[in-house]
Amino acid sequence: MESTNGYLLKVEDLKTYFPIRKGLLRRTVGYVRAVDGVSFDVRRGRTLGLVGESGCGKTTVARTIVRLIPATAGRVSFEKTDILRADKKQMRNIRSNISLIFQDPFGSLNPRMTVGNIVGEPLKVHKRITGTELMGRVGDILSRVGLSRDHINRYPHEFSGGQRQRIGIARALILEPKLVVCDEPVSALDVSIQSQILNLLKDLQGEFELTYLFIAHDLAVVEFSCDAVAVMYLGKIVERAPADELYRNPLHPYTIALMSAIPRVDPSQRRARAVLGGEVPSASNPPKGCRFHTRCPLAEGECFEQTPPLEEKDGGKGHFVACWKR
Amino acid sequence: MKEDKTLLRVEGLSTHFMTEDGLAKAVQEVSLEINSGETFALVGESGCGKSVTALSIMRLVPDPPGKIVAGKIMFRGRNLLELSDRQMRRIRGNRIAMIFQEPMTSLNPVYTVGNQIVEAIRLHQKRSESEAWALATEMLGTVGIPDPEQRVTEYPHQMSGGMRQRVMVAMAVSCNPTLLIADEPTTALDVTIQAQILDLLDGLQKQNGMSILLITHDLGIVAERAEDVAVMYASRIVEVADCETLFAEPLHPYTEGLLKSVPRLGFAGERLYTIPGTVPEPLGFPSGCKFHPRCPIGAGDKRCQNDEPQLRQVGDGRCVACWYARGYETEAERNEYESKYGKHERISSQG
Repeated sequence: MESTNGYLLKVEDLKTYFPIRKGLLRRTVGYVRAVDGVSFDVRRGRTLGLVGESGCGKTTVARTIVRLIPATAGRVSFEKTDILRADKKQMRNIRSNISLIFQDPFGSLNPRMTVGNIVGEPLKVHKRITGTELMGRVGDILSRVGLSRDHINRYPHEFSGGQRQRIGIARALILEPKLVVCDEPVSALDVSIQSQILNLLKDLQGEFELTYLFIAHDLAVVEFSCDAVAVMYLGKIVERAPADELYRNPLHPYTIALMSAIPRVDPSQRRARAVLGGEVPSASNPPKGCRFHTRCPLAEGECFEQTPPLEEKDGGKGHFVACWKR
Repeated sequence: MKEDKTLLRVEGLSTHFMTEDGLAKAVQEVSLEINSGETFALVGESGCGKSVTALSIMRLVPDPPGKIVAGKIMFRGRNLLELSDRQMRRIRGNRIAMIFQEPMTSLNPVYTVGNQIVEAIRLHQKRSESEAWALATEMLGTVGIPDPEQRVTEYPHQMSGGMRQRVMVAMAVSCNPTLLIADEPTTALDVTIQAQILDLLDGLQKQNGMSILLITHDLGIVAERAEDVAVMYASRIVEVADCETLFAEPLHPYTEGLLKSVPRLGFAGERLYTIPGTVPEPLGFPSGCKFHPRCPIGAGDKRCQNDEPQLRQVGDGRCVACWYARGYETEAERNEYESKYGKHERISSQG
């Protein structure tokens, strides 16, 4: 049923809490509510951008979805399977259909393994392919991501940051997954390399019919790469909309502040901006009411008392925002 | 001489590192001029030599393996490279201060932030312990840290990244420097915090008229904050211009490519422009113009492959190092080229 409505991944009211333990007996004295009731869905063949500043929980969402971190509550449906309640066998199947691309191309590749072994390992584990067939497949995928077959026997340190990110992408794609979670895939790269990788990800999406969950903090990168965007603040989604709608008409004061904080690459557009004061509060003790109220220029009355629900605004465009003032 | 607007003039600076694998020419013949009260941006990708340029100005290049092999660094009429270590210590941290990218690692974790600011103050100013503490507290207030009396007694780990960067700024400006070198001051920070720190630097600059040498890879920051810009590529400056001119009309193909390849808000296209290839390493620099393997013109041009163009003035305050930049090539060079390789009509910039 789910597969017919066009959604590959559906996340409902996902919560991930980390216990804070103190004292000799390591008693739990509280929780860091890293992800606190997040819902979104990703359509087949599309890209959803998950945006927010460091510590907002965007990476935790990604890791919870692939069960690298146990969820506290909620539901994550991938095709017809509930990932959070899948047994070992189902999980094996899911893991070969969801892969990850990480931010740091230096830390995410084992320096003692050759490129061939790094990229080929998922095939060995999931498909039990070995020997010349394995290396043939590795060579194929390397040439698809802009590397060469001759690179198979080399080691990661022989490559530049951009090339290493290509190795990471090759590893993520070798099982021909349906969903790829890209966690800040370009933020560690040089400017002239970023655009190469962003274009590559787009090309591969068409070629392999991939669906992306794209995590980033850079709104300009997200605008280029994504069809829909969800903005996170302190463990909650504060605004979610199709990309063109969100960029044309941002509603949440946090989204607006985030956009205004991005330096424009054009000196003729120098302007006085609304600088957001203060810092992100701690997720172990989030502010009461709307979590953004401590930094919000519009906050008054009920903002301090009640958490605003994520509701559709402006009718029919799929634009959801969690703000009492909109 | 007193009316000279130039605060710092770097001339032909070259810094080399002796590594096990050979001689790495990290900075080659870099020249730049920073005016009083202005922000000068040095832009480039990682490994291009921008940080080594800054460290050379501060004379903080570790020797060995590094060595400043040529050049002059004229600061208020004195060549910093000729000063004794003792004279240099009086300038460093006092007249020229520096803030770094990593507020996590550039503060000492075992001393309170107050201790660290007081140390800088007492090293350069004749103040008593209690006066210095009072000034340190005041400085924390100036850089926008709430509750400075409390914060001054805290350790770096008790603060967020943004706060720590504010502490770095407080320490750097506590002696009222005339030049502040900010090496990627906001790269490790979130965009909203980045805007706060850059605004803070702007405010301090307006207050005490210091010059800022802003080192960054982020063209957006340059566009918003700098008066003049120098673009570095593979250890050389390839283009200098005032900010508006550079963005409106880049002359060097690298600058042009860089500007075209940044994703911008409001960009609706299907594909981004890309510069092919990767940034070369100092030990494997290509011959000729170092950008030629990635350049739309240079990749197939004999002269670009063999002869490295020097930075040359091509207009009012504009310098560029590219054979095909508008106004670069002399008549003689053109004739020489054409007699060697045949006719050419190429000009790099669309401008």
